Amino acid sequence: MTLQPQPNAPQPPDYSDLLEGDDSFTLTIQPPPGDASAGCTTCPSHNATHLQRLGIDMGEWDYVVALGGNPNVGKSTVFNALTGLRQHTGNWPGKTVTRAEGGFEYGGHRYKLVDLPGTYSLLATSLDEEVARDFILFGQPDVTVVVVDATRLERNLNLVLQVLEITDRVVVCLNLMDEARRHGLVVDERRLARDLGVPVVPTEARQRKGLSELLQAIDGVASGRIVGRPHRIQSEPPALKRAVNQLKTQLEQAFPGLPNARWVALRLLDGDPRIVEAVQRGELNDLAALPEPALAAA
Amino acid sequence: MNAELTFPAGRQPGGGERVAPSAEAILDTARRLRWEVGGDFHQTLMEAIYTDAATIADRAVTRPGEKPRFDLDRTIDRVVTSRIWGFPLMILLFAVVFWITITGANVPSRLLADLLIGQGVPFLHGLADTLRLPLWLSGLLIDGMYLATAWVVSVMLPPMAIFFPLFTLLEDFGYLPRVAFNLDNLYKKAGAHGKQSLSMMMGFGCNAAGVVATRIIDSPRERLIAIITNNFALCNGRWPTQILIASLFIGGMVSARWAGLISALAVVGIALLGVLLSFLVSLSLSRTVLKGQVSTFSLELPPYRPPRFWQTIYTSVIDRTIMVLWRAIVFAMPAGAVIWLIANIHLGDLTLAQHLVSLLNPVGLLIGLNGVILLAYIVAIPANEIVIPTVLMLTVLTTGVTGQGAGAGVMFEANSAADMMTLFRAGGWTLLTAVNLMLFSLIHNPCSTTIFTIFKETGSRKWTIIAALLPLLMGFTVTFFVAQIWRLLAGG
Repeated sequence: MTLQPQPNAPQPPDYSDLLEGDDSFTLTIQPPPGDASAGCTTCPSHNATHLQRLGIDMGEWDYVVALGGNPNVGKSTVFNALTGLRQHTGNWPGKTVTRAEGGFEYGGHRYKLVDLPGTYSLLATSLDEEVARDFILFGQPDVTVVVVDATRLERNLNLVLQVLEITDRVVVCLNLMDEARRHGLVVDERRLARDLGVPVVPTEARQRKGLSELLQAIDGVASGRIVGRPHRIQSEPPALKRAVNQLKTQLEQAFPGLPNARWVALRLLDGDPRIVEAVQRGELNDLAALPEPALAAA
Repeated sequence: MNAELTFPAGRQPGGGERVAPSAEAILDTARRLRWEVGGDFHQTLMEAIYTDAATIADRAVTRPGEKPRFDLDRTIDRVVTSRIWGFPLMILLFAVVFWITITGANVPSRLLADLLIGQGVPFLHGLADTLRLPLWLSGLLIDGMYLATAWVVSVMLPPMAIFFPLFTLLEDFGYLPRVAFNLDNLYKKAGAHGKQSLSMMMGFGCNAAGVVATRIIDSPRERLIAIITNNFALCNGRWPTQILIASLFIGGMVSARWAGLISALAVVGIALLGVLLSFLVSLSLSRTVLKGQVSTFSLELPPYRPPRFWQTIYTSVIDRTIMVLWRAIVFAMPAGAVIWLIANIHLGDLTLAQHLVSLLNPVGLLIGLNGVILLAYIVAIPANEIVIPTVLMLTVLTTGVTGQGAGAGVMFEANSAADMMTLFRAGGWTLLTAVNLMLFSLIHNPCSTTIFTIFKETGSRKWTIIAALLPLLMGFTVTFFVAQIWRLLAGG
């Protein structure tokens, strides 16, 4: 087990990561290392998942998994539970953003897990949103896990819908189910999965519940056994829809095979400088996975 | 308005000449369109996203105090896959299907037999007389080939035309995956793959298709188990036998009011026995020659869909009923010829058929059947569908019951269930014969098509032989013991 307390264990509470935020509390109830590993190997969740936490040992990997979500939805708890790391990711708003990375092995495959900064959207142009957006778009992870807060589903779905515009290789991790239950909310994850068109896994990451199902879904999407049919935004006004379609047609001609032409069109209409630049520099060709550029560099 | 004007213009460059637009062209288009859409693009898009998110969240979340949202699929699933109600509901549903089939098939069956046999045979004989056909040829053609075919059509067409559409409706509605879900646990416990429940479902249509369907199972060990036990899923060719014998003998035991229901239950009982046997055989195989780990899988339950009624009726009549009937006819015609020949070729005083029947009779009687049934099963190796017509024809031969002054090997004019009963009674049939015939029909070697498919799929002579002979051996064993116990209890 890699659940070693870090030398600088008692850290100041980090409210940006956990909904209840009281991370020091989590640390105080942590049993001694010996007991922790004993408890872990015997708990059914561990045995069922055959999860091997690799911590920062990520020599080689088969799949890259991006972990996104709004701030304060337990994203890092999921990250730590899967990798065995206990790091606080440096996604302070307004500061330089770093991606936290860790590894795990599941079902005979090695995964690199990239913890993206928590964002509410991928449209606005703050630095952390750009980091998250760029990684999902240009990093082309094999799976993007979007952690959502079951108690604030509507707000969280805004991000999910935007991610679904970019990639269909998505697993929605419906976290904080215990919290939702306490508030008397009933979330129908099957209905949600059908509406979104991608797997939805209810979890209680702090109790390590649902992680084995989450891993199964990640494995399924990564290996291509689960193919999503993502929801596309439908409520835009007709004029906008026509404009998007027109631009999308041109993009598809210029970059055949581009997986998210619709989303690129949306960003171009919004005048997103990063995407404009990507079009100019022919960067989209990498996404379209074409052997030779289809358009001359401007 | 602007958009309408520019829409065709935007299409032309790429659409007409198929030249990929350059980066600048795309950016130009974007700038132009941005102008058209208006300045509050960002706002508009965010609103669209929020609207969608709100709709989806609202459908998925039930707030405290709110009544739980009624989700029909989930409610149905909770009932049909429940631990308590799953199996009884399954039995009830299939019983209803068979009840409709049995009660509904009576009248059209009688009409068809009346038309094809009661009127068709004398008409054809008259025609043969005017054409001055030699007796042996008109016998072979009319009393052999035509009669066997006419029997297959009149006995099989009505129940199939009712049963297959009903079954297909259940399938399209999404019920069969739920049956697989209910059975999955049993198979896992038997050391087999849960997906075996799905290949079994296919087997209920056709065993050869079921054997091919086992390809969805990855582990060779579990796949072999699924292949060997697929035969216990009662196939298309055997449903009509079950339905006919059950309605004649089992239904005949009770008053007319209950006859349909009781015979339907008897057919369901046989189908369930098949499931039970596949479970037991899987269990014993996985404990002995095919030991190993059980793999797990997840079974996705598709949403319920209201079946498109008329289309389902149409396709199931075309795809299943006509196909199965056609296969039966193709096999029935040569079989009819064979039967007529063996019934008319004399060796000494007796015909070949009589020799064969009396040869098989001791074995047949020992297992509560008779020589005629065993001979019919030998003739019917290519297709289970023709068992009943062959039994009827051979019974006519050996009992010497003849109608309309026809000679040996001519089909008795049995237009109705009552006539058929008279025929069976004359052949010495009892309730035991009927029960054991139903059992033997469930538990015997697969038809030659399925055997060939098993060979193709496994590529192994050994496993093909096991898959063919194991059920046959079991069939003999089961019917033997049933016959012994029956006779012991009956005091005979």
